[in-house]
Amino acid sequence: MSKLIRFALLYAGIAAAAPPSGVAIRNARIVTVAGPTIEKGVVIVRGGLIEQVGADLSIPADVWTIDGQGLTVYPGLIDALSTIGLPDAAPAAAPAGRAGAGRPTAIAPATGAPGAAATPPARGPEDRPSTTSWQNAADLAQPTDRRIETFRNGGFTSVGAFPMRGIFAGQGALLNLAGDKAGQMVIASPLGQYITLASSGFSGGFPGSLMGAIAYIRQVYIDADQYKAAKALYAKNPRGLTRPDYDRALEGVLESPRALLPASRAVEIARMIRFGEELKQPFILYGLNEGYRSADLLKQAGAPVLVSLKWPEKTRDGDPEEVETLRALETRASAPGTPAALARAGVMFAFYTDGVATPRDVMKAVRKAIDAGLTQDDAVRAMTLSAAKIYGLEDRLGSVEKGKIANLVVTKGDLFQDKTEVKYVFVDGQKFEPAEETPAPPSRQRETQ
Amino acid sequence: MKHLCAILFSVAAIAAPPTVIRNATILTITKGVVKNGSIVIRDGKIAEVGENVSVPEGAQVIDAAGQFVMPGMIDAHSHITAESVNEGSVSVSSMVGVDDVLNPEDIALYRALAGGVTTLSIMHGSANAIGGKCIVIKARWGKDAPGIVFEGAMPVIKFALGENPKRSGGTPVAQGGRGRYPATRMGVEDVFREAFTEAKNYQAEWREYNEKIKRGENAIAPHRDLKLEPLVEVLEGKRYVHAHGYRSDEMLMLLKVSDEFGFKIRFFVHGLEGYKIAKELAAHDVGVSTFSDWWSYKVEAYDAIPYNAALLMKKGVLVSLNSDDAELMRHMNQEAAKTVKYGGLTETEALSLVTINPAKQLGVDKQVGSIEAGKDADLVIFDKHPLSNYAKVQKVLIDGTVYFDRDKEQSELSKKDARKKALIDKEKQQQQQESPRRPGAARRPS
Repeated sequence: MSKLIRFALLYAGIAAAAPPSGVAIRNARIVTVAGPTIEKGVVIVRGGLIEQVGADLSIPADVWTIDGQGLTVYPGLIDALSTIGLPDAAPAAAPAGRAGAGRPTAIAPATGAPGAAATPPARGPEDRPSTTSWQNAADLAQPTDRRIETFRNGGFTSVGAFPMRGIFAGQGALLNLAGDKAGQMVIASPLGQYITLASSGFSGGFPGSLMGAIAYIRQVYIDADQYKAAKALYAKNPRGLTRPDYDRALEGVLESPRALLPASRAVEIARMIRFGEELKQPFILYGLNEGYRSADLLKQAGAPVLVSLKWPEKTRDGDPEEVETLRALETRASAPGTPAALARAGVMFAFYTDGVATPRDVMKAVRKAIDAGLTQDDAVRAMTLSAAKIYGLEDRLGSVEKGKIANLVVTKGDLFQDKTEVKYVFVDGQKFEPAEETPAPPSRQRETQ
Repeated sequence: MKHLCAILFSVAAIAAPPTVIRNATILTITKGVVKNGSIVIRDGKIAEVGENVSVPEGAQVIDAAGQFVMPGMIDAHSHITAESVNEGSVSVSSMVGVDDVLNPEDIALYRALAGGVTTLSIMHGSANAIGGKCIVIKARWGKDAPGIVFEGAMPVIKFALGENPKRSGGTPVAQGGRGRYPATRMGVEDVFREAFTEAKNYQAEWREYNEKIKRGENAIAPHRDLKLEPLVEVLEGKRYVHAHGYRSDEMLMLLKVSDEFGFKIRFFVHGLEGYKIAKELAAHDVGVSTFSDWWSYKVEAYDAIPYNAALLMKKGVLVSLNSDDAELMRHMNQEAAKTVKYGGLTETEALSLVTINPAKQLGVDKQVGSIEAGKDADLVIFDKHPLSNYAKVQKVLIDGTVYFDRDKEQSELSKKDARKKALIDKEKQQQQQESPRRPGAARRPS
């Protein structure tokens, strides 16, 4: 049928009419997320946007059509916190095993100017250690990152991309996973400042400890406040005043609309809620392995959270004689229950892939959350509309609604089923058809052992 | 989970019914020994102590017949619950604070509690001359981080002298290492002088700014420096200094520096050579918190003697015993007992080393450290005299609430073991399901 139309349109094209300028998917089940699911309906995509959505829509003559019989249309999936699209911005050393986000990681030295001498160890907050707060994912994006295709084929259409090296790692941008030029990928920027509690030990300069990293962050926010006030005062009346020094670290912090703070264990969640409130600016927690213990506290704090889909695992090749603590066992058993607990408590949350290497493994991780009580609807929402809302972008992204960016994933089967096939992915209205499933890479074999 | 949430939200509001401990031998520390006495606890405070007390209606009664009650013990030097201990990267790290990294779920806190310790000073380490801010906590096992903090305790900062701050063992910068200044004891002294000179300038800068503002002049506020603020507090007497030091000469050095800059050292931690300068310490009203008989683990700890605490006490120095250790802290009563043997302290004097004396050193003696009406009901019930090696902690109360009950804890152990076993079995089962046997080598064509 669609072939016929295509043929007809092509023919018409030869006869000097304009080529089809859009795509209509009809007879499909449409999970709009923003409203009720349409069991059989039409989505019309044109000019990179969703032109129309509905059960009974007449399909214009000048669009390609896709027969969506037996297919489901979802909003494109969003990895809410990622380095996909930023091939050079991944954390220097991925923390191994459990409680990833809260563990201090090695610090990569701040990138200096070409030809600059190696940075000496920082003597204190004044040296702005491990800080590249002025870096922006929008400027670092590269359409050549191979992970873009891998994840797009799995139904991901955008990512909240952040530089992740250092304490003030830099500002995020919401990137679409398609485009020939980096500039085409950027939906919004800056999303916020990615903060870690990395430290360097005794000999790497300040900060050398967790409390040092916290003290440093606190000092920077105090400095930023003072900097802002001093600049404003100077701008108003410079006469008789000493000019405040320009500080790019503080400029970067002031540009960021929110702070992303790491918190995996319940103790860290409570700690970072207190710390975030002290910083007096909007904040998001990421990690949340033990979020199942902190749902009420999070609800009370009102801070949205990003839940890592890398569930804690038993350390591989660990000492078989080691008797683990009850708490470690409980965390491992209960962590996938975090999303369900957050949904019950009414906490705004989205998922992030946290280095899980393939979309298939990501879906497997989501299924664990569903097995632990999360509804399918809430799972979809956590990978679409909630991610958009957390960054304040729900006006353009995250649901199948008229006027929004045409990011869609069309599947055969429910999104989270094992055998589900991704048939089409639309990014900015551009259609992609993932190739047939290739055999699993060897690394995944190891994963399941 | 419910349990934890309940705890998280009930930090401040504990309205336990009145409690009475009866028939006990009460070692009050400050008011003698009451044989066959009772303690009435109301709203978390000790309401009455004596042989004859008025028992309030509906009071919960703890019968302690044949048992001994003493004040919850106080460990003036601990690092438990701190998720980082040293900001060792710099010589002056007063911008950091242990209160930022408390982990109230550290099992060591439970062990402290089970050993009868109810108050601990969680200190920054001794890696640098001016360390970080410390925090006094109570062993309120089950509470969140703000819930274990000892309200109203004096703010404290850690200083350190000797081998640790001069980083013996590290490679100095001059030799290609990334070692940090200072490398000598002279350098340690210089760090204090420089830091306090800086702090005085900072203090003056703010004074000047505040005066300008008062006069209505246009002025940009000075940079707020989290490193110098605590040092200004020290200068203004708003923050105690607890200084790590072993050798008598360097303790005297710090006293000299503190005199010069006009601040006070509250007490020396370790102070193993304190007995050599007891007179000078007493004259400066500087305390010592030491070990009973732990020494010779490094060169600056060679001159220690087990009589240190007793000698210091007899010379009028405020002295306490501390653990600096998650094992030693579990038998502070036995540490105290050693001073009866070495130095001939009385039983009460010995126990004061782990109760009222550290309370005074930490500035919490109005609340804890002895069994007196009006003080926090932080109490330990032992089955035998706490100075006996055979004494075992039976119950521990903090703010009148029973936080540890040996019988109850023992009955719950089997439940915890069963839960653990169930989780391990479930995980093994899941693993087998998820990874059915790999196509093995056996099936390879021959």
